[in-house]
Amino acid sequence: MLAFILRRLLQSVVVMLVVCLISFSLFHYVGDPVASLLGQDSRLQDFEELRERLGLNDPFYMQFANYIGNALRGELGISYRLQTPVSELIASRLPATIELAMASALIALVFGVTLGVMSALKPRSFTTGVVMTLSLVGVSLPTFLIGIGLIYVFAVELQWLPSFGRGQVVDLGWWKTGLLTESGLRSLILPAITLSLFQLTLIMRLVRAEMLEVLRQDYIKFARARGLSNRAINFGHALKNTLVPVITITGLQLGSVIAFAIITETVFQWPGVGSLFVNSVQVVDVPVMAAYLMFVALVFVVINLIVDILYYVVDPRLRIAGRAAR
Amino acid sequence: MSADTTRPAAPVAAKGALARFLDSDIWFSFKRSPVTIVAATVAAVLILSALLAPLISPYDPFNPATLNLMDGFTKPFSESMFGNYFVFGSDNQGRDVLSTILYGSRISIFVGLMATLFAMVIGISLGLSAGYVGGVYDSVVMRIADIQLSFPAILIALLIFGVARGIIPPSQHESMAVWVLIIAIGLANWAQFARTVRGATMVERQKDYVAAARIMGVNPLRILLGHVLPNVMGPVLVIATINLALAIIEEATLSYLGVGVPPTQPSLGTLIRIGQQFLFSGEWWILFFPAVTLVLLALSVNLLGDWLRDALNPRLR
Amino acid sequence: MKKLLLATSAFALVAAASAASAETLRWARASDALTLDPHSQNQGVTHTFAHHIYETLVDRDVEGNLIPRLATEWSVKADDPTVWVFKLRQGVKFHDGADFTAEDVVFSLDRARSEKSNLKQLHAAVQGATAVDDHTVEVKLAGPSPLYPNNLTNTFIMDKGWTEKNNAVTVQQAGSTDDNYSVRNTNGTGHYVLESRDPDVRSVLKVFEGHWDAKKPQITEIIYLPIADAATRVAALLSGEVDLVQDVPVQDVERLAGTDTLTVTTGPENRVIYFGYKMTDAPLKSSNVTDKNPVANPKVREAMHLAIDRNAIKQVVMRGQSIPTGVATPPFVNGWTPELDAYPEKADVAKAKALLAEAGYPDGFTITLDTPNNRYVNDEAISQAVVGMLGQIGIKVTLASRPITQHSPLIQNAETDFYLLGWGVPTFDSAYIFNDLIHTKSGHYGAYNPGGYTNPELDKQIESLATEVDVEKRNATIAAIWAKVQEDRVLLPIHNQVLAYAMKKGINLAVHPENQPRIYEVTVGQ
Repeated sequence: MLAFILRRLLQSVVVMLVVCLISFSLFHYVGDPVASLLGQDSRLQDFEELRERLGLNDPFYMQFANYIGNALRGELGISYRLQTPVSELIASRLPATIELAMASALIALVFGVTLGVMSALKPRSFTTGVVMTLSLVGVSLPTFLIGIGLIYVFAVELQWLPSFGRGQVVDLGWWKTGLLTESGLRSLILPAITLSLFQLTLIMRLVRAEMLEVLRQDYIKFARARGLSNRAINFGHALKNTLVPVITITGLQLGSVIAFAIITETVFQWPGVGSLFVNSVQVVDVPVMAAYLMFVALVFVVINLIVDILYYVVDPRLRIAGRAAR
Repeated sequence: MSADTTRPAAPVAAKGALARFLDSDIWFSFKRSPVTIVAATVAAVLILSALLAPLISPYDPFNPATLNLMDGFTKPFSESMFGNYFVFGSDNQGRDVLSTILYGSRISIFVGLMATLFAMVIGISLGLSAGYVGGVYDSVVMRIADIQLSFPAILIALLIFGVARGIIPPSQHESMAVWVLIIAIGLANWAQFARTVRGATMVERQKDYVAAARIMGVNPLRILLGHVLPNVMGPVLVIATINLALAIIEEATLSYLGVGVPPTQPSLGTLIRIGQQFLFSGEWWILFFPAVTLVLLALSVNLLGDWLRDALNPRLR
Repeated sequence: MKKLLLATSAFALVAAASAASAETLRWARASDALTLDPHSQNQGVTHTFAHHIYETLVDRDVEGNLIPRLATEWSVKADDPTVWVFKLRQGVKFHDGADFTAEDVVFSLDRARSEKSNLKQLHAAVQGATAVDDHTVEVKLAGPSPLYPNNLTNTFIMDKGWTEKNNAVTVQQAGSTDDNYSVRNTNGTGHYVLESRDPDVRSVLKVFEGHWDAKKPQITEIIYLPIADAATRVAALLSGEVDLVQDVPVQDVERLAGTDTLTVTTGPENRVIYFGYKMTDAPLKSSNVTDKNPVANPKVREAMHLAIDRNAIKQVVMRGQSIPTGVATPPFVNGWTPELDAYPEKADVAKAKALLAEAGYPDGFTITLDTPNNRYVNDEAISQAVVGMLGQIGIKVTLASRPITQHSPLIQNAETDFYLLGWGVPTFDSAYIFNDLIHTKSGHYGAYNPGGYTNPELDKQIESLATEVDVEKRNATIAAIWAKVQEDRVLLPIHNQVLAYAMKKGINLAVHPENQPRIYEVTVGQ
């Protein structure tokens, strides 16, 4: 068990390092931070000075080593643009993104499972056809268009919901939440729907496929033969067995929902880490961009690690394989 | 699934192939699904008209010398003051919206197809080899695929685009833009192919015919390409279709974020980015028609992919 | 029931909004101030925000004239033309209650011209500032500098005691790795006190009761909301979630002006949009002419000048929101004349083609145009239109469109053959344009002359402007320089930008030429 976890942990560290290296080296090419840091009035020697001071004239591996060293000490640097420690910035923006991601995951899960089950139980009905087709419209529309469309209809024309921001937030000391005020909740609706559509379609189709698969299994046929009610079979057996992979996938997808939020957050001016990233990309704020990518990688690594360990605990076959490997 | 149904266009005598195709399960399920028939028709019309753009489009929007700026913002179904008629109206540069859509779809479809092909080639080679070889190589490839899948394709494409811009000298940026897009979107999407192919390869590898071939001393490459590959083409085709729709949307999103083809030779995504500016000012047609075209294109391809998945999965029938 | 609930909550929102708008102003624009340290960045958005918290010695009104602020009068010292004397306003207090004195001014000028300050170029000629008494400051310059007060409109005065107490004497340098108290805390003499700040999201400013001005601002609370996406920004105004949008896209001006609850004010900005060329003799990288540089030929540049239909760009691309011009300086600036400003009413394709043929390019040539796509109003669309117009005289232009962060290095490293740029003139004097755009690239000069235009005679004339005290003679030199610049067609000017501010009806705010609106000047009422 310990060896298994250690090996997984080691793999995770390697993954993190690779992501660090890739992102760090990529940022070198996104643009010249110096150009955007200095204003119209700057002179040539200012550029040279700044480049020197930021260490941009050091060899590449030196810059990278410096960066990793600092990151391990929890120092992600100071944002070029906002002149605030990056760790502080990310911490202050994280609640907004997590609340948005959770809300959209919830919407996706609830509607995805419901629609998925419906369409699996009645695979040939007209409604199923309509739902399946409509769900494809959701993934055929680019996220930014959905967002703009929703803003146009619900904020500008109908004026029911706010078009941007997070509304009033309540400061809990370590977490600023928008879930406790009416304006906060109202502000959450449009971005959460926008972000959830893609995942919703994914989950709905997954549930449908899994459910159709399970319904063919012998034990369901057996249950039917035993005369159990349709309700008991569909929800007691079939759905229960469907949900395990669905929840696993939803969990694994959470990391990508957080990263996927980049566009949604931009359109709705949602003050999360995604919009922080986009704003930073525009001025090539390297410390923030690198920290963001590392953050996404970390979320992914942690979620994967948890899932792996859970599987290890649950699935005896893996344990035997693990022992054999030793 | 049988090899016949997955290779409808096999290089047999044309008539024989057609007859066999019309006789196949695929064709049968196609005929039974009205949605699919509509989707296929729409996709065919869009792709064909994009291909034939230079022949059927009323203007050449990619030649700036023919444009008259004062034609700008002409309403749909009307004539500008210079006597130019614009079915879908004209945009902020005086370009005919219909013509830009035709030419723009050409670029979008080209980028989508090539990116998908690129992702497919990388994904299949890595997936096949990983599944067949196994061991450390397999786990390295799959870990990389994991990393890849944990980042949204847009983020990866954005980064690759940035790198490419850094490597290519600035004077080449515009001529290379389409290829950079293809590589960026392709590299962002190979993992799905690799995973599927690897899984299927591992299953195939266990089978007797592969073992027999190996014992007989057949070149592993031949086993992979000649025997294993045809058997995994079904799911690959499904992923490819869905990936095509995805790639077209990704191109649009990249354009929205400001990285993409030059605005003088716009793709559908660039047209939407331009048109989006006029959402509140009343010139709805500049956004509306390209957006509808993009959605129809992505939707019809998605529907085809969906149908293909069900049609190729005998258990669902 | 559900519907009813929804309707009531929507009603509640509207009611709350209109009740609050009496004194609170929700102010949205595209980006946030980069920092609160007033000497760290020389950037418009940052300065605009700072003007509400801090104050400067002199200020500029909406017509562009210098007006007193913390200084009540200023003049060149009677017996020494290299010294400027500033009389300071009495009875001014900082937000924390400290008195404003000459010591604070000396301290702030020293800080603003310190090594790490981004404003130091504006004070490059300063040799030292001294406090003569509590309310008089003398600034000694390297030579006679008749226009020095023009450089002070964005140099904010900090409290010496407060800054020293909080270890913020050193300016927070762009990209620095140390944290600085003054980046997130403020203590100015301005009309508003910073109440809270969440960078990029929301800042709240409350009126400062102890301000020296007897005329109190009508807006007592400012909520500053950066909204990056243009469509979202306009939507927020249309839906009544903000009261003032500063960066209004030109195409939305008409719709917003036509909305019953909104008004739009427009006015010229101090910023000219122009194109520049590579003018060295070596062949261009992006052209099919491989033995020489076509745009180094003045005839070709004249042809391009004639091929541009500036009125069409104004009417279609800019929706009427621009002032076409034939000279690369805004009309506010000393040295501008209506004669220089004249431009061809219509494109003269025939004449332009003839000139091209004369220059040896009867079939035109190819070239790449580098344009930013997120810096100036409709920058990319302007370039696109110019590509079409040049196409009509046979010049085949490839358009390379980039965000400003990728466009700027091309300019700085002189890696562009043909480019679009905008230029503002904060000193309101032509010398500022000549120093950076016309003078040969060397030392402090020619930082934005990537084309390599060089003319030793002009260089000498430009350098003489800095120390010339005879205004008439100086203006004559400026006129002579402009004449040569126009004759050589060094730059290809298109228009001056027009700014539009959109706001709720009842709010009155005029457009500021440097796009630095002052909310304390806003009046509320029908």
